[in-house]
Amino acid sequence: MPEIQNFTMNFGPQHPAAHGVLRLVLEMDGEVITKADPHIGLLHRATEKLAESKPYNQSIGYMDRLDYVSMMCNEHAYVMAIEKLLGIEPPIRAQYIRVMFDELTRITNHLLWLGAHGLDIGAMTVFLYCFREREDIMDMYEAVSGARMHATYYRPGGVYRDLPECMPQYQKSRFRSKGDIRRMNQARQGSLLDFIEDFTRRFPQCVDEYEVLLTDNRIWKQRTVGIGVVTPERALQLGFSGPMLRGSGIEWDLRKKQPYAVYEQMDFDIPVGMNGDCYDRYLVRIEEMRQSNHIVRQCINWLRKNPGPVSLEDHKVTPPRREQMKSDMESLIHHFKYMTEGYGVPAGEVYAAIEHPKGEFGIYMISDGANKPFRVKIRAAGFAHLAALDEMVRGHMLADLVAIIGTQDIVFGEVDR
Amino acid sequence: MLQNYVPILLFLICGFLFGGVLVGAGFVASALLGNRRADSEKQSPYECGFEPFTDSRMKFDVRYYLVAILFIIFDLEIAFLFPWAVSLHRIGLFGFLAMLLFLAILVVGFIYEWKKGALEWE
Amino acid sequence: MSELLTKLHAFWSALTTYWISLPFAWQLTLKSLAGIVAIMLPLILTVAYLTLAERRIIGFMQVRMGPNRVGPWGLLQPFADVLKLVFKEVILPTNANRFLFITAPVISISTAFAAWAVIPFSNGVMLSNANAGLLYILALTSFGVYGIILSGWASNSKYAFLGAMRSAAQMVSYEIAMGFALVGVLMASQSLNLNDIVLAQNGGFSHWFWLPLLPLFVIYFISGVAETNRAPFDVAEGESEIVAGFHVEYSGTAFAAFFLAEYANMILISALAATLFWGGWLSPVQGWHFLEDTPLAFLVHTSFIWFAVKTCVFLYAFLWFRATFPRYRYDQIMRLGWKVFIPITILWLVLEGVAIVLKIPPWFA
Repeated sequence: MPEIQNFTMNFGPQHPAAHGVLRLVLEMDGEVITKADPHIGLLHRATEKLAESKPYNQSIGYMDRLDYVSMMCNEHAYVMAIEKLLGIEPPIRAQYIRVMFDELTRITNHLLWLGAHGLDIGAMTVFLYCFREREDIMDMYEAVSGARMHATYYRPGGVYRDLPECMPQYQKSRFRSKGDIRRMNQARQGSLLDFIEDFTRRFPQCVDEYEVLLTDNRIWKQRTVGIGVVTPERALQLGFSGPMLRGSGIEWDLRKKQPYAVYEQMDFDIPVGMNGDCYDRYLVRIEEMRQSNHIVRQCINWLRKNPGPVSLEDHKVTPPRREQMKSDMESLIHHFKYMTEGYGVPAGEVYAAIEHPKGEFGIYMISDGANKPFRVKIRAAGFAHLAALDEMVRGHMLADLVAIIGTQDIVFGEVDR
Repeated sequence: MLQNYVPILLFLICGFLFGGVLVGAGFVASALLGNRRADSEKQSPYECGFEPFTDSRMKFDVRYYLVAILFIIFDLEIAFLFPWAVSLHRIGLFGFLAMLLFLAILVVGFIYEWKKGALEWE
Repeated sequence: MSELLTKLHAFWSALTTYWISLPFAWQLTLKSLAGIVAIMLPLILTVAYLTLAERRIIGFMQVRMGPNRVGPWGLLQPFADVLKLVFKEVILPTNANRFLFITAPVISISTAFAAWAVIPFSNGVMLSNANAGLLYILALTSFGVYGIILSGWASNSKYAFLGAMRSAAQMVSYEIAMGFALVGVLMASQSLNLNDIVLAQNGGFSHWFWLPLLPLFVIYFISGVAETNRAPFDVAEGESEIVAGFHVEYSGTAFAAFFLAEYANMILISALAATLFWGGWLSPVQGWHFLEDTPLAFLVHTSFIWFAVKTCVFLYAFLWFRATFPRYRYDQIMRLGWKVFIPITILWLVLEGVAIVLKIPPWFA
C-alpha cells in the first residue's frame, strides 16, 4: 500500500489572501500545514539601488511606494535620515505636522489591515466600514499634498507646505443629489484642521462599530485566539517589531523608547498583548488606532495655537518661495540648484528609525559627500515578520494560514522593496 | 397512491433537463459565437498562477475518517427514528421505551467515541 | 365580437372533450408538466431576483449602493448577468474527468429544483401530495452535496479538491443534527407529508412548532445554512482560503448552474424552515376573530402570501448572516455539529418523547 504523502501546493501570488504578491509553497498533510516556504521578490523594484542614482529629494516619492498603505511614515524615516546627516532640525511646527500625519497614517494602515484581516477570515462588512473612514484620511492627504496616496509631503528641513485653509469639496454630478453633496461637504466647510478635528471626534465611535462586529464575536475569537502564537522570547529572537512584538507582550515602541520629532510632548499609551496570538495582535492594533486618534487631537490643539514656518529658511536644503524666486537672483539660483543638482550631504553614515505602523522602519544611509546617497538600506518591518511565517503556521490549518498572513500585516511593497 | 410519485419523477427529469440545457447552452453559445479560444495555459488547472507540483489526485489524509464512519452509524439511526417518530402516538409508552433503550445504546457509543478522542481530529 | 366568443367557446369545449378522451396516464403527465412549469418559472425568476436582492441588501448593510445601473434600481441586473454568463467560454481543464465535470453542476441544480415537488404553497396546493415528502426532500438535499464533491474531484485542481474534502467534512457534521431536528418535527406532527405537517400546526403562531421545538428549529436553520454553503459555513467555497473551492475551474453556464443551485437551495431551506417550524401558509394571527370585519381580515386567512412572507424572512436571515459573521474553520463546524448540536437534539427528542407519551398540553395534548 502506498504511503500517504504530504503534498506540495502553490499558494499565491494569484490568491485573494496573498496580500499582493506573496507566493508560498506549502507542504500540506491533509489540510494541516507542515511547511510554508515564502517566495518573495515578485514586487522587487530595486528601490535601494534606484535611490543611489538620484539626488536625495527625488527618492522621497519612492519611499511612499514602499509600504504603500502607510506612505508618510516611510517618508518620515527617509527624511529623518537625511536631516541627521545634514545636521539640521526642521521647525517645530513641521514636526507637529509630521507627527499628526504619522498618526493619521497609522490609522489608515490599521484600517486597511483590519479590513483585509476581517475579509481574510470572512467578515466582509468590516472591510467596507474601514474603507469608509479611510476615505476621509485619503482626503486629508489630498488636501495637504495634492495626492491621495503617494504624498511626497515630508521634505528634508520640514514639510512641503503649511496646512491648507480650505478643504476640497465634492462637486455636483448626475450621480449625486444636492442634498447628498451638502451632507458630504458638511465637515469640509472649514480648514483642513477643522476637518481632521471633526474626524477625530467621529473616529472613536467608528472603532466601536468595528469592535461590535468582531471583538466579542464567537466565530472571530475561535478563528483568532490561540492561532499563530509567538512567545515573547521568540518574538525578540525573530526580530519582530511594532504590533507583532507588542502583541507578544513586550512593551517596545520607538515613539517612547527613543522619541523622535515631538513624540516626547505627546500623551499616549502603548497597548500590549498577553498571549501573542492573532486575537491579541488584533486588540493591540485596535487600541493603537484609539491612541493615534488621541495623539492627533493633541497635535491639532498645538497646531491651532502655534502658527509659524513649516520649513527651514536654509535654501541650500529647502526651495525658496516662488515669489521670491521671481524677483531675487540668488533665490533663482538656489531654486535651480535645488531642483536639478540637489544638495550635497556631508560624508558619513546614519540610521534613522521610526515607529512605523507595521513595526520599526529604518533607513540606513551612507553618504560620500555627493548629492546622491552612496548606499541606502531599508529596514522593513514586514520582512522580519514574513520570515517567521513558517514557524507561525506550522501545524495550523490552511484557514489559519490566511488568518496569520492577515495578522502579520504584510505589504509586499516594503518586503520586496 | 403511487401516482403521487409520477409528478416527482417528472420533476426530477425536468430538473436534470434544465440543468443539462443550461450547461449545454454555454457550450453551444460559445461554439456558435466562436468564443472558444482555449490554450494549454488557460486549460491548465488553477494553482495561483504556477505550474502544479504534483497531480491533485493523490493519496489524501482524510483526518475526519473516524467521524465519517460515525456519521454512517448515526445516519442509519435516523433512518430508524423516522418511522418511529411518525407512529409514536400510536405505539405509546412501550414504543417510546424501546426507542429510548436504542438511543441509550447509541449515546453510550457516542460518549465512548467522544472520550476516546475520535471527535478531536485536528 | 360574439362570433369570436362562440369560436373560442367551441375551441374550449373541443379541448375539454379531447382532455376527457385522453387516457389517465397522459392526463397525469400533462397536468404534472404544467405544474412543473408553473413552479419552475417563478422559481427561476425568484432565484434571479434573490441574487439582486442579496447584492442590494448586503450593499445597504455595508454602507454602499449595490448594483443600480442596469434598469431602474438595477432591476435588470440579473438578466445582464445571465447574458454575460451564457456567452462566456466554458473551459474544460486538462486532465479533468469530463463526464463528471459536466454532470456535477447538473446534479447540483436539478436536485435544488426537483425538491420543490412536495412543498405545499397553500393548503393542498403542491405538485405531489406524496406521503413521504419529507424523506424525499432529505434525500434530494443530501444528494445535491454530491454535485459539489464530484465537481471538486473532477476538476483535477488542488484547490477544488480541498473544497470537495471540506464539503464532505461539512456534510458529515451537520446532516445528523439536521436529521434529528426533522425527527422532532415528525414526532410532533405524526406525518411525513408536508401538507399534514403544516396542518398539524394549525392555530396561530404559538401553535407552530418553533415554540415547543425551539432548539430543534434553531439547529435546523443553522444546519440549513451549512447545507447551502452559505456564510459563515462557506468553507467549501472559502473565497479567501481556497479561492473559490469546488467551482474554481468552472466558468460560464457551468458556473451559473452552481450559482443558481446555491440560491435555489437557499430558497428551498427557507421554505422548508417556514413549512416545518413556522406553519407554512398558516396565518400567524389565526383565530383573531375581531379582525374579521375590518379591512385587515385577509391577515387572518391562510394563504400563499404568508408562506412567501415567512420564506422571505428566512432568506433575509441568510443575507444578514453573510454580512455579519466571519467564516468558521471546517473542523470547528464539525465540532459544532458533533459536540453541540447532536447532544442537544438527542436530549430534546427524549424530552419531546416524554411530552408526547404523557400528552402534555398545550402542544402535545
